[in-house]
Amino acid sequence: MNKLNSSHITLIFLVFGSFIAYFLLPRHRPKIRAIQRYIILIVIAILILSPFFWLISAVFKDSDVLMQYSFLPPLSEWSSKTLNLKNFYNPSTDELDSLFEAEKTIRGEVHFWRYLLNSLFLASSSTMITLFFSSLGGFALAKYDFVGKAPIIYFMLGTMMIPGMLLLAPLYNLIYKIGWMDTYWALLVPGASSAFGMFLFRQACMSVPNSLLEAARIDGCSEFNIYLNIVMPLVRPMTGAFCLVSFLGNWNSFVAPNIYIQTQEKLTLPVILNQFVGVYSQQYGIFLAGTLIAIIPPAILFFALQREFISGLTSGAIKG
Amino acid sequence: MKKLTSRAPWFFISPYLILTVFFFIYPFLDAIFLAFHQTNGPKSKIFVGWKNFAFVLSDSDFHTAFWNTTIYALASLCLQLPLSLGLALLLNSKKDRLKEVFRLILFSPHLVGQVFVGIIFSLLFMPRHGLFNRFLQKMIFWGLDQEWLSNPSLVMPALIIVSMWMYVGFNMIYFLAALQNVDQELTEAALIDGANSWQRFWAVTVPAIKPVAIFVVIMSTIGSYQLFEMPYSMLQGYGPKDAGLTIVGYLYRTAFETGDLGTGAAIGWILALIIFVFSMAQMAIARSVETE
Repeated sequence: MNKLNSSHITLIFLVFGSFIAYFLLPRHRPKIRAIQRYIILIVIAILILSPFFWLISAVFKDSDVLMQYSFLPPLSEWSSKTLNLKNFYNPSTDELDSLFEAEKTIRGEVHFWRYLLNSLFLASSSTMITLFFSSLGGFALAKYDFVGKAPIIYFMLGTMMIPGMLLLAPLYNLIYKIGWMDTYWALLVPGASSAFGMFLFRQACMSVPNSLLEAARIDGCSEFNIYLNIVMPLVRPMTGAFCLVSFLGNWNSFVAPNIYIQTQEKLTLPVILNQFVGVYSQQYGIFLAGTLIAIIPPAILFFALQREFISGLTSGAIKG
Repeated sequence: MKKLTSRAPWFFISPYLILTVFFFIYPFLDAIFLAFHQTNGPKSKIFVGWKNFAFVLSDSDFHTAFWNTTIYALASLCLQLPLSLGLALLLNSKKDRLKEVFRLILFSPHLVGQVFVGIIFSLLFMPRHGLFNRFLQKMIFWGLDQEWLSNPSLVMPALIIVSMWMYVGFNMIYFLAALQNVDQELTEAALIDGANSWQRFWAVTVPAIKPVAIFVVIMSTIGSYQLFEMPYSMLQGYGPKDAGLTIVGYLYRTAFETGDLGTGAAIGWILALIIFVFSMAQMAIARSVETE
């Protein structure tokens, strides 16, 4: 039967209540407006966060009650039978029904730790390499005058217009030809220097005063040391923003590892979790636990760098 | 500026140049070559002229993919961007400590990779037990038994809902940054002239945020046409009757599941052309509105 429930009543109360208050209390209109604003924002924030709440509560629920409750079971039913860590580790059975148990493959056992470490290694090393090359190139484009600089900049702008998917098939061809199939070179090298990153760093380096560089040169500082010890510390906000963007892109990358890597123990989290959904299609807890673990590292990095990130993200759009 | 004699900038920029020659220019030329050849895996190649393009353009799977992706892009444009702008307007006030918190919350879905989003939502959309279906049932008394991911006509709406969740906050960040750069003196002048809030929005805010709005529209269209990972993991493939097949999904299936790299390259060119035409059209429209 269709019956109004408490959430409807709250909503109706809030909407009508605020309207009535708006007309009855004209003096308090700005305050009432602010309250209305907060109500809308809070409702939207709850809607946005609810998949996260759902995921966090799902991984701690026992598989028997996983689908019984939307979020956590009511307090009165909390016990080790409804809430436990069996999705992560379950010593009581021999079967594979938790995330951190070894998975038996043709070439031996693989632990979930392995994929986590692969992803961490690939995302962080690739971020470091891209950061180094992009900042170095961006610095050169911002602070030196040399023959061919303008054509290079136009060329870089042109490359940014080409959708990456166009190069997918020929890159696969190339990786195959040079024998990089099933190696991490295929994931680390092609994206090691990005035109986008060089533009970001070029913009950031422009604001470094030339007099500072000249003073360093007079003191006998080499050009590379100028980059490393003077420019890089001054463009730290951009470094933070770029690291986060680059880490997110590599951490969440799916297509490249999926087509280049074949050996099970070399796979990364997005690829393996996508496989888990197929393999453990009924044991939701296992792949949800894996998904939760996979979204934690980017979240930690984001909270550490969020200030730099938001200003870096929008700086290009606003100034450009 | 350091003078022309220095070799240092060339050293600094050489990693980019070398990598670009090998991993951009060469694959780019190879993409032209491949698109005109019939391939079977990376080894064998036979010249076939425009046949790959003719095949793709007449393939009914490509038509499905094209329309699915276009519907998705249009929905992003017409539903998601206005919502992002609305949220940015709501958040845009001077004295507000909670603004930062809301901004973080709204942005947070963007941190989750598309594959992970797909995995989470494949369960949220489950009939009877999924959170989304339960929510609909509770709020509008409909939808508990809807099979979002196995009913072909509901797959695209599901993808559009997920993309709202992923990108509303991301686009909002841009709008919010633009709104905060709006000249306050102009707004106050309009207020003194007796403009109501609707008039102020059209006369002051819209022209001020227009460059950013154009940027967001174009980025959103380019991104929408490259959608692939989220539907691929959510549907564990391309959905019932290819209802969740996108252009990049079609490319992926052709090039890496069927192993036809030549046709894959041809699809890549068609995709690049589509993206180019749409972003040029959007820029032209933006420019013509400006001159009015």
